[in-house]
Parts: sequence; structure tokens; C-alpha cells
Amino acid sequence: MKKKPLSKLYLAIIMLFLYLPIVYVVVFSFNDSRSLTHFTGFSLEWYEKMFGNQMMMDAIYYTVIIAVIATVVSTIVGTITAIGLSKSRRLIKESITQINNLPMLNPEIVTAIGLMLFFTALNIRLGFITLLLAHIIFCIPYVILSIMPKLRQVDDNLAEAALDLGCTPFKALYKVIIPQILPGIISGALIAFTMSFDDFVISYFVTGPGINNISTYVYTSVRRIDPTVNALSTLIVIAITAILIVVNIVPLIKERKFKKHEEIY
Amino acid sequence: MKSFRRMVYPYIIWAGIFIVIPMLMIVFYAFSKEGNAVMTVSFTLDNFIRFFSDSIFVNVLLRSLKLAIITTIICIVIGYPCAYFMAQLKPNSQTLMVLLVTFPMWINMLVRTYAWRGLLIESGLSPELKVYIGMIYNFLPFMILQVYTSLSKMDRDLITAAHDLGCDNKKAFLKVTLPLSVPGIISGITLVFLPAVSSFFIPRLLGGGSYVLVGNLVENYFVTTGDWNFGSAISLIMTVVILISMYFTRKFDYSKEDR
Repeated sequence: MKKKPLSKLYLAIIMLFLYLPIVYVVVFSFNDSRSLTHFTGFSLEWYEKMFGNQMMMDAIYYTVIIAVIATVVSTIVGTITAIGLSKSRRLIKESITQINNLPMLNPEIVTAIGLMLFFTALNIRLGFITLLLAHIIFCIPYVILSIMPKLRQVDDNLAEAALDLGCTPFKALYKVIIPQILPGIISGALIAFTMSFDDFVISYFVTGPGINNISTYVYTSVRRIDPTVNALSTLIVIAITAILIVVNIVPLIKERKFKKHEEIY
Repeated sequence: MKSFRRMVYPYIIWAGIFIVIPMLMIVFYAFSKEGNAVMTVSFTLDNFIRFFSDSIFVNVLLRSLKLAIITTIICIVIGYPCAYFMAQLKPNSQTLMVLLVTFPMWINMLVRTYAWRGLLIESGLSPELKVYIGMIYNFLPFMILQVYTSLSKMDRDLITAAHDLGCDNKKAFLKVTLPLSVPGIISGITLVFLPAVSSFFIPRLLGGGSYVLVGNLVENYFVTTGDWNFGSAISLIMTVVILISMYFTRKFDYSKEDR
């Protein structure tokens, strides 16, 4: 077992590589000069500038609002479609799966220009609506993909039994099927949210003048040196750290509480 | 139960309109000339002839392929040992490491690439090298996670069995561990190679416009020049090249399984 320290060193180097740029943006967001290479002193100047920058605030707003709407819509549509698909004939199932694979396997840029050509041909002005629509379009396949495996595990007899016992199809769906596939729905919604929140390529091609999300804003603004982007990046890093901590720690606390309950009884 | 089938109908129409038609439009544009009204359209191969008769375009395509292949290979070479060592750790440390590798992926790709721009701005490296660093940085976690997943699912007893049957460490690795992790490597390749070929913002941000890839060509013809027909043709050529490469990668996977 002499190899162990060496393997740990290797892992440490990889982590250093992965976290170097993240540490860099966080540190340089507090820099008091425009320099991107020399840290000259601590200041909150770039944060002040960021909150005063209307375009940047708009970009954050659009990113969040589009991610939220796209997640809600694609999760609902995806869930309904996935349940329908699981009961469909093979031909329909296969062809929808193949069609859904197109945006997932194609390079993003191809999906992007396809949508751009499509929206333009229909004379829809590129802007908020096209951006939102595009996000919903590329999120649905991921939601369906994450729900389908769960549906395969659902026992058909349970829904049949619910119908025999007098449930309407809607009630059987709501009371029997949905609770069983809930983990798949939640992970589908999470994937949809991340895909939408992080998307650059598709947004870049289908958005119009004045409507930016964080990605397209960063892309169009970094041609000149702009340390406010560092402040924005730091904000994103903090937000994501907070979310991940909550997501990972809340189940632990719940588990502990649950154990305590067990001890009491 | 059959009544649930109807729930899929709206999406069939949706997918037809928003997924199939846009793809067909790219094909339509690629095979036609600018300014053709839909009614009088005549199909032509001019866009493709223009691409393949100009060595500049062909070179850009070859450069993109080279970049994607080298990025993929380096990701395997760096990522495989990382995934392997991760799989050796205690279960708790493994969970922590997976979280640590996943975390950067949650942060916007543009933001991370932007950070590298600042880090490398006075490094004096060539634009090409900067683009390589950015590519490897962005795609390495995908490779690590894919390989790690296949390694952590592996049955440890197989290694013990190999040792009992007289294999040394090296032989056990080459004959047991490596073949069992091939599916992980293949899905890693899919996740790295595919987006690497078509990437356009990494070369733009880190290469500073002097390092043009096929994705940048598509971007230029759509956003700057406005020649959508030629842009569509380029993206169609790129898609076909990717499909062919993926076909060979998968074939390699199956041929391994056959043995």
C-alpha cells in the first residue's frame, strides 16, 4: 500500500486544476484595480458596479425567470408525455424516443441554428418569447428521459386496481402513478433547471437585441476587460454552493431526526 | 389504462413542429441558394462544393477534428487515473470526491472559461495551447465521472480472483479492470468528443479570434455574415462527421465485447 500517498497527491493536483479558475474569480472580484493579473488591494468596487449595472441585473433576472418557467412547463409536459408514452404502442414509443434523441445527441449549435431558422421563417421576432420557447423545447426530452426508467418499474396492476375500485383515470394518475414516479420527476426538474440556467449556445442564437441571460451577457462583454464579471461569477459560485449544501445536508438532518424518533418509540 | 395513451398526442405534434421541422430547415437551407423563395426553390450542391473546394474551410474542419481527438485522448489519460484512484477510496471519501468533481460543472461554462481567460492573459502561451487548456478543463469532469461510475460498479471479487489465479497487479488491471471500464470510457468519449468538435465559445474567448474552429465558422455565417445557406451546409457537414466518428467509437465498443 505504498502507492496511496501518490494517488492522493494525484487527486489533489486534479482538484487544484478544477478549482484554480474558481478561486481566481473569487479572489479577483475583490481586487481594487482593473488588473486581471495583480492583486493590488481589497475593495468591493466591482460588486457596487455590478448592482448598478442594469444590463447585468437584467441578465440575472432573465436567466432565473426563464429557468423557472422552462422547468415548470417542461416538467409538466414531460411527465404527461412520459406517462402516455409508457402506455403507447411500440412504434410511437420508438419514434418519439428517436426524435427526442435529436436535440440531445446533436451538437447544441445545430439545434440552435435550426430553431433560429424556424423562428425567423415564422416571422417571430427573436427575443424573450423565442428564448423561453427554445429552453422549454430542449428541456422536455431530458425530463422524459429521467422519468421513463421509473415508469418501467411501476406495476400496471396498481393503476388497474385503482380504476376497478372506482377511481377516475385522472384520480388513478394522481393518486397512484405520480407518487411512484416522483423521484424521476424531481430529478427531471433539476436537470431541466440546470440545463436552462447554464445554457449558452442555444440562447445565443435564438435571443434578440436587449435580451440576455448570464451566459450571453458574459460572452458579449468579455471582449473588453470587465472585472464586474468576476463579481457576477462569485455571486453564482456562492449561490450554487449554498444550494448544494442545502440539497446535501437537509436529507442528513431529516435522517437524524427520523432516527431520533425511532429511538423515542 | 389505454386512455392514458392520449396523453402523448400533444407532444407528438409539439416534437414534430419544434424538433423535426427545424432540423429539416437546416437541410433545406444547406441545399439551396440565398434569395430563393420557397415556391421557386431549386436544389443545389453549390454550398458543399464551395466548402470542399476551399482549403481554408477543409483545414478548419480538420483542425476541429484534431482538437477534439487530442482533447478526448488527454481527458482519458488524465481522467482515468483520477477515476481509478477515486474508486479506491473509502465510501465516504468517494461521495465527497464525486461532489468535488461535479461542483465546477454546476458553474456556468462561460463563467469558467472567462476565468481561464484572466488566468492565462499574461501567460504568453500560444492561442492554440490556451484553447486546449480551456477544452480539457471544461470536459475533464465528464470523463472522470463516466469512468468512475463504471469502475465503482465493478465487482471487487473479480480482482481477488485474478490475483488468486496468478495475475500480478499489472496483469489484473489490464485483463480485468480495464476491459470492464471500457463502457465508461466510451460514454466519456461521447460526452467529450461531441461537444468539443462543435465548440465555438472556448476558441473565441481563449484563442482570441485567431484560432478558428468549425463552430466559429457556423457562428460567423449565421451571426456576422448572414449567409444562412452556407452556414447550414457547414453545420450539416459537421453533423455528418460527428455521426461517422460516433459510429466508429461504438463499433470499437462492440468489437471489444465480442471477444
